[in-house]
Amino acid sequence: MPTTSIPARWLQRRSKAAPHQGRGLAAPLARKNGANPEQGQTMTGLSIENISMRFDLPNGGAVQALKDVSLHLKPGELLSVLGPSGCGKTTLLNILAGFLAPTAGQIMLNGHRVTGPDAERGMVFQQGALFEWMNVRDNVSFGPRMKGVSAADYMPNVEHLLDVVGLKDFKDKAIYELSGGMQQRVALARCLANDPDVILMDEPLGALDALTREKMQGLVLKLWKETGKTIILITHSVEEALLLGERLLVMAPRPGRIHKEYRLPFADMGVGQDLRTVKKHPDFAEKREEILSMIWDMEEEIMGRAETGAGA
Amino acid sequence: MIPLAIYVTIFVVAFVVVRFAATRLSARHDYTSLKTVTFGDESAVRPDRWASVISLLTIFLLWGAFTGSKLVPVHVPGPFLGDTEFTYTLQAPDGSTDDATIFVRVFPIGQDVETRAVDPGPGFAKNDTITVGAWRSQLILFDKNDEITRSDGAQVIAIDGIPVTMGGEVQTTAGRVVVTPKGSLNYEPPKGMQMEPIWLPPPEDVAGRVLEIAREGYQNFTLWEHLGWSLYRVVLGFLLGALVGIPLGYAMGLSNWFRGWFDPIVEFMRPVPPLALIPLVIIWAGIGESGKIILLFLAALWIMAIAARSGVSGVRISKVHAAFSLGASKWQVLRHVIIPNSLPEIFTGARVAMGVCWGTVVAAELVAAEKGAGMMIMVAAKFQLTDIVIMGIILIGIIGYGIDILFRIAERWLVPWKGKG
Repeated sequence: MPTTSIPARWLQRRSKAAPHQGRGLAAPLARKNGANPEQGQTMTGLSIENISMRFDLPNGGAVQALKDVSLHLKPGELLSVLGPSGCGKTTLLNILAGFLAPTAGQIMLNGHRVTGPDAERGMVFQQGALFEWMNVRDNVSFGPRMKGVSAADYMPNVEHLLDVVGLKDFKDKAIYELSGGMQQRVALARCLANDPDVILMDEPLGALDALTREKMQGLVLKLWKETGKTIILITHSVEEALLLGERLLVMAPRPGRIHKEYRLPFADMGVGQDLRTVKKHPDFAEKREEILSMIWDMEEEIMGRAETGAGA
Repeated sequence: MIPLAIYVTIFVVAFVVVRFAATRLSARHDYTSLKTVTFGDESAVRPDRWASVISLLTIFLLWGAFTGSKLVPVHVPGPFLGDTEFTYTLQAPDGSTDDATIFVRVFPIGQDVETRAVDPGPGFAKNDTITVGAWRSQLILFDKNDEITRSDGAQVIAIDGIPVTMGGEVQTTAGRVVVTPKGSLNYEPPKGMQMEPIWLPPPEDVAGRVLEIAREGYQNFTLWEHLGWSLYRVVLGFLLGALVGIPLGYAMGLSNWFRGWFDPIVEFMRPVPPLALIPLVIIWAGIGESGKIILLFLAALWIMAIAARSGVSGVRISKVHAAFSLGASKWQVLRHVIIPNSLPEIFTGARVAMGVCWGTVVAAELVAAEKGAGMMIMVAAKFQLTDIVIMGIILIGIIGYGIDILFRIAERWLVPWKGKG
């Protein structure tokens, strides 16, 4: 894993582009000291305000995918979302990204309402969202190019990001020549190159093998710490949610809602050291068991309901 | 039946021989050759190049063998040529009989022939002499020189000693002799198994005709003008169809209104074969160039529109979402995501459309044209110039195949990411 850090020049440029507080390297430090100002909550950061989502079905019924979900994220926070299938976590992410309009409630980001997709909210998908007809460099520089930034301006940053994700020697390669893990690193770099305020990740590591996945988790943590981005990550893996969640949201299905929220130390612990050391921590095992059994209970409830439904 | 039997025999024998020789000579040890399960594994089935070569050679061998080609060493028996004779027995009304011989000279069609000089011989039935072209038959008025004729009540009762009645026929060593219901004889020399050139000319005749027409032209236009005009119509019609069809397909893939408006039209026109439009196009636009271009435009239009539409629907929604999240505008998403992503589909559609257009232009030229590959073979067929017809078919096939290969090369070059998303 490359150990280059994000240069101050880039962080400055980013801060200039979006001049609100709690950005950059300062944010995580400030948070750790417990000195983050609370009064700016309604203006800065990401607010999910009483979101409900109800889909009408063709047969006349309806599905309550989300019900009254509220949450506030301060800038620079890392949130992982966990839950059994059907709990509405992907729907929530799509609403945050602006791909879906909620039936009730609203999303506020830095004081304005989210109404559609925008470059301020970057997205990292599980797989297949890269553009095969462009090489690695053109994929990463897609965002700046669409904004009309000149090559001279975006190239240093793109080169640097490729270096950070360890793809310096692959910038002229075609996407389909890369392995799955490398492709996800391109996706991360592409998202960062656009310098969003919030990064939304929809199971970004779900399709990777266990070894690559662990390396990528380290990379995500490193990038989070160095860029100070607000990150929301959806995952199926409890371990991943514990490692990559400064805050962890467990959601419950039918209707999709927040079941329980945790504040965890593991993400900060994992920034500096080997993730396997973090996993050996007794608290980690304990939390994992707790959350696993919670999700198991939910799954069983769903199964049971489904069975009685089938019996009736 | 016999050609088919020979063909199957060559197929089987070649398979056994090549299979036997190949295992001896070329032991390949690449990954596929080491697979033990190839039955049902389509990727392990590779065309045997020996089979391809032998297959083509077999077609030419059979073609040559059954047409008496000089290029091929073996032939099936050809038609009888030269002199032969048979006798007929004439019975007079009083019951007396007399034999007479008919001397036959069979000559190749198109060559001059001399009648054989014969001695009339004794008796009331006199010897005759006739000439017959190979593959033809000849009505023999045998009693023209006889002393007692059919009008006197005489009739043929035997050919070469084999009894025969009116309306019957006899197969002799000299050929087939039919006694017509009126009592005259119809003679047909042995035809052998070869094809007559007016049905199927030998390969060298076709090749010679290619050279001749390439040099001198046919029906006021050179060969290259005929083929060039057909190609020009196809390319122009296809380009116009693509020019309208692709944007139409994109619009249908991107807008509810366009989809709703054009769906019924496209879905209705798609199953209508372009050939069915020929009469209408001729009524509207005549048999000139514009009519053909309109026809080919219509043939390409629906195919390209549908290809572009399915190209749009084939875009992974996550790519579009990613592009919008990266700040791209609608126009930029179209330009940088949807169009490149749909190129493989467009290419597939273009290949299909070019194939259909090529078929349609030939058909349209068959119906009415002043020049073009289809017109050339249609006119040749009217004069039973089978060699030109076959030449035309082969050239049309080669050009159609060439177009497809060009598209495949272009596709590999322009959309290397095809199938790798």
